[in-house]
Amino acid sequence: MSKVNKSLPLEYSTEENDLKIFGFWVFLGAEIILFATLFSVYFTLVDRTGSGPIGKELFELPPVLVETFALLTSSFLIGLGVHAMRLGRTKAMMVFYILTLLLGAVFLGVEINEFLTYIHDGATIQTSAFLSSLMTLLGTHGAHVTFGLLWGSSILIQVKKRGLNAKTANKAFIFSLYWHFLDVVWIFIFSFVYLKGVL
Amino acid sequence: MSMDELFAPMKEPMILGAAISIVVGAVAIVAGLTYFKKWGWLYKNWLTTVDHKKIGVMYILVALVMLFRGGIDALLMRAQTAVPENGLLNAEHYNEIFTTHGLIMIIFMAMPFIIGLMNVVVPLQIGARDVAFPRLNALSFWLFAVGAGLLNISFIIGGSPNAGWSAYFPLASTEFSPGVGNNYYAWSLQISGLGTLMTGINFITTIMKMRAPGMKLMKMPMFTWSALITNVIITFAFPVLTVALAMMTLDRQFGTKFFAMQDGGMDMLWANLFWVWGHPEVYIVILPAFGIFSEVISTFSRKNLFGYKSMVMSMVVISLLSFMVWVHHFYTMGHGVMVNGIFSITTMLIAVPTGVKIFNWLLTMRHGKITFTTPMLWALAFVPIFTIGGVTGVMLAMASADYQYHNTLFLVAHFHYVLIPGTVFGVLAGYHFWWPKIFGFRLNEKLGKSAFWFIVVGFNVAFFPLFILGLDGYARRMYTYSADTGYGPLSMVSFIGALAMAVGFALICYNIYYSFRHSPRETTGDPWDARSLEWATQSPVPEYNFAIVPKINQLDEFWYAKKEGRDITAGKYERIHMPNNSGAPLWMSGVMFLFSLFFVFSEWTLVIVFAIATLGFMAYRSFENDEGHYIEVAEIEATERRLRGEK
Repeated sequence: MSKVNKSLPLEYSTEENDLKIFGFWVFLGAEIILFATLFSVYFTLVDRTGSGPIGKELFELPPVLVETFALLTSSFLIGLGVHAMRLGRTKAMMVFYILTLLLGAVFLGVEINEFLTYIHDGATIQTSAFLSSLMTLLGTHGAHVTFGLLWGSSILIQVKKRGLNAKTANKAFIFSLYWHFLDVVWIFIFSFVYLKGVL
Repeated sequence: MSMDELFAPMKEPMILGAAISIVVGAVAIVAGLTYFKKWGWLYKNWLTTVDHKKIGVMYILVALVMLFRGGIDALLMRAQTAVPENGLLNAEHYNEIFTTHGLIMIIFMAMPFIIGLMNVVVPLQIGARDVAFPRLNALSFWLFAVGAGLLNISFIIGGSPNAGWSAYFPLASTEFSPGVGNNYYAWSLQISGLGTLMTGINFITTIMKMRAPGMKLMKMPMFTWSALITNVIITFAFPVLTVALAMMTLDRQFGTKFFAMQDGGMDMLWANLFWVWGHPEVYIVILPAFGIFSEVISTFSRKNLFGYKSMVMSMVVISLLSFMVWVHHFYTMGHGVMVNGIFSITTMLIAVPTGVKIFNWLLTMRHGKITFTTPMLWALAFVPIFTIGGVTGVMLAMASADYQYHNTLFLVAHFHYVLIPGTVFGVLAGYHFWWPKIFGFRLNEKLGKSAFWFIVVGFNVAFFPLFILGLDGYARRMYTYSADTGYGPLSMVSFIGALAMAVGFALICYNIYYSFRHSPRETTGDPWDARSLEWATQSPVPEYNFAIVPKINQLDEFWYAKKEGRDITAGKYERIHMPNNSGAPLWMSGVMFLFSLFFVFSEWTLVIVFAIATLGFMAYRSFENDEGHYIEVAEIEATERRLRGEK
């Protein structure tokens, strides 16, 4: 165990924690490049629809608005969770985190339904380059959310079992960074895939 | 997939022979370890280690093995083309060999050799006890190792990739490359690339956050600077490869249309994505070598590095430009004049900061007291040979002229003239330079120098003729040619040069055995009278690196402290916290290896099983509560005394 600095929030309080948060920011830098590449591919292929449908024929705004609302709210709630954690209120923190994950699950449910509708309409990932890039971009984001649900749940179990300490607080905080990041990516998807697609 | 298809490559006698020798070798190693009861030792000290120095040694070991695998590919290619109409290899086998040669040398030899040296040296140069994330570091290594393993079993099981190391579509699509070879390509790169990305994150954090007190960024040794910039490039370049390879996998195994020739697909997208990663990759392997040359040249000239600030600046500029030149890899693939013009200019711009560095090295040597040790010889040979590579690079950078000699041996000669002096000479300089730090004895100078001469002379004999052949129109990747082309004599010369290089590399290996037996052990920790912090501790370096973390006031603090008779590592010992070893990185990588292997063959049930197992390992790691351990003062005292040669 390295030295504990009591003047800092729990998640920053040890050298190890400080390193982990810094390292995670660098990782998010790599994730930005990952999604930037996926967006570039999407923008390159968006009009190359072959004989398949175009975005305007596929996109339906109501479910997308539900997804957006669920994810944005969850991102706000996890912020409240981190705030509760800093006040040392474990129970409140856990409630906010659980609500975050539930909204994440709602998002995922709607997204899966959306994919099934596309496939039902004969718009599969093999249909055209446009659909390949669309579904890869959405799918990568969705896979991140899925992974987040597993990861977040595992952290919650640890908080429940071990309470809030330098280690669990650090993990919970890093997870919140990840979750906010997914939210930011979604805002780009919402604006440049769906809104641009239906307009 | 039937057994018959699986072992189809074995029908060729050369591959069958290689397969048998691999099996015999593996059996011999397993039998040897069992007979000498070394399994426990191997597992405890090496396979589960999180010590950055040991991980570095393992990286270098695998890189050397891969150097020989890629080197045999190279020898076979040169043997095949040594005479016209040669029947040694058939066209298919030749395609596989030039593909794996390129892939192995760049991804599984050059980069891991560099990362290995970085692992050994960077934490020592900044006065740190370890890297920021020791276990992640072990995972990085094992992912790279299993990626290398995956590519290397491809030629026995199912067939090697054969669409060139750049795997251009549509050639690499299932339509034109129907076997599993290019699935292997995608997965071996994907899995080792993940490891590399983690290395990037790990070393950025290490260098930014774990420097010894007083070591400002502008007081860091040049190799650490080069490592920092390289890792930034890694972190920004590798995600592009991740996406491109995932799309390749989707196209090949799930029928998506990213790079297809119908339904809106775009084959040029692959070329762009590949080189958006691929060009920075060149700098990932070359910048750390520049860092090594800086250390070696200033140490053996007994002078400060000339133009430290301009060295740093030039590396930053190179790293930015490295992301802006990718189109120069395919000028002829149908862009407009404007696009080619812009990329032509950015490409030529790279010559400017590189030239700055060359002059800085020359000026470092000016008026220096030069000693011609083996590492210094490598650094000295680098300067003129790399300059030839650089000048021919500017020739290729001119888009209009490039139409004349693209895709000929001229290009092959150019990038070997850049990468071999720039990277291979660099890592060999670093290898000879830091060997005593790692193992506590020097490599034999006489053997080192003979290897040097064999390789440097052999290199020029092997590759200079290719410039001439290329200008004569010898297209690359041709498995044979007719006698009336007149390519025969120079190709034979090139083959002879390749053989000389092989002798040199064999000597380098023999040197390990010879020096281990005969070199005197080293007790000063500073055999070269060098400048940076890694020489301030003992050799071999104890587990905890520094008994006392040194305080830094200036660049080359250790050198000035030596001159003024100060000891920067004096002080009272305190107990040191260290991380525990862990088997998790090894086993998790093993699981990911099986996941990738079954993915290559589209065996979905098993893919899902091993995907879940991978997630299980991550969950296990998350729940694990490992506080590490302490090394007590008495143990530190005893270790320090032993390494100083006291009883």
